Amino acid sequence: MMTLVLPLSEAGEGPSPLMPHTAEIIFGLVFLILLAIAFAKVVVPKFEKAYADRTAAIEGGMNEAKQAQAEAKAALDKYNAQLSEARQEAAKIREDAREQGAQIIAEMREQANVEAERIVSHARTQIEAERAQAVASLRGEVGSMATSLAGRIVGESLEDEARQRRTVERFLAELESSDSARQAVGTDG
Amino acid sequence: MIAGVSTEFNPPGPEDFQLPPIFSGVEWFTKPVLVAALSVIVIIWFFWGASRKAEVVPSKLQFAGELGYNFVRNSIARDAIGSQEHMKYVPFLLGLFFFILLNNVAASIPFIQFPTFSHIGWAYAAAALSWIIYNAVGIKKKGLLGYFKHQTMPAGVPGWLMPLMIPIEFISNILVRPVSLSLRLFANMFAGHILLLVFVLGGEYMLLHSGSIALGGVGILTLLMGLAIAGLELFVQCIQAYIFVVLTAQYIGSAIADEH
Repeated sequence: MMTLVLPLSEAGEGPSPLMPHTAEIIFGLVFLILLAIAFAKVVVPKFEKAYADRTAAIEGGMNEAKQAQAEAKAALDKYNAQLSEARQEAAKIREDAREQGAQIIAEMREQANVEAERIVSHARTQIEAERAQAVASLRGEVGSMATSLAGRIVGESLEDEARQRRTVERFLAELESSDSARQAVGTDG
Repeated sequence: MIAGVSTEFNPPGPEDFQLPPIFSGVEWFTKPVLVAALSVIVIIWFFWGASRKAEVVPSKLQFAGELGYNFVRNSIARDAIGSQEHMKYVPFLLGLFFFILLNNVAASIPFIQFPTFSHIGWAYAAAALSWIIYNAVGIKKKGLLGYFKHQTMPAGVPGWLMPLMIPIEFISNILVRPVSLSLRLFANMFAGHILLLVFVLGGEYMLLHSGSIALGGVGILTLLMGLAIAGLELFVQCIQAYIFVVLTAQYIGSAIADEH
């Protein structure tokens, strides 16, 4: 260093360029410290805050998007679940209706059978009763007819043959007229 | 070479850097002081404006400020010091970088045209601050003895080499660093300015005062060459600001680094 300083200071009119001005060292230190303080107090905090905000904004946006996606997926799952539930319910209702319908048909059939049976048996007992009534009335009538015929035969046996023949003919005519009544009863029975 | 020329040509020299004070009587107020003060005002004004309303979505001014801020914060400080501790040193490195950059580039701005750091006092001041800071943070982190051990006894060196290593490492890491930092910056600015003076003054002299047509032609070529040198100087001015701050960050990083 000395070899460099000496020739220069000998050659030039002014001092060596390696000799500093005290004022410039002081100003250099003051300016640099001033700048460091200004950056530390004003610029760096502001920029760092902006960077932090930026990072937070990006992360927040990403989280928000993730959350929205999750929500959408949950809603979709819910709707799908509800849909399948509704489908199952519909199927169940259809099944129930079919069963119920079959049951109703079976019930109705049974009821109709019972009713038919009831009607048939009712008709049968009525017919039986009517027949019995007809038999009874016929029996009475035949009895009385037999009695009256016998009475007449006995009453008119003492008269002549001609009277006898008339009596028989009359009886037959009477019989014939009541025969139609009997016939009507017979078809009933 | 310039025989036959009527008037004597005075080649530029160190005396060209001795500027008179701006106001006679105020000895300390010279052009470098004025330029440096203006650079401080410009830097603070610009970054204050850019960061004042720092938003998530930056304005154009904020974007420009962030560009410069991120360059020092990420490309210089974080890469050299590591993302754990670099933020502590970012304000100083920012101030250092933009102060050196503006004062260097001022040498290429018309009417200023004087590199502040060609006055070595400024370079000494910047290098002294760097030296104080990297040694102070190293001592603070490792203790005085621990720090000297860290700086002078590199890991993996066999014990018998230590008598040789310790003085070499001490000289290179503690003593030489501030000198090389300040001299590199000063010499680049000083030499660049002299180079420009040689080309411009020499060209002007040959063109206007030589009285010879041939030398006048050479003078024009010389001035054109001076223009190219000015472009080169602009590049050197930016590079030197970068180198100074990168080395400072490196020194801080190596001073607080864990054993490697």
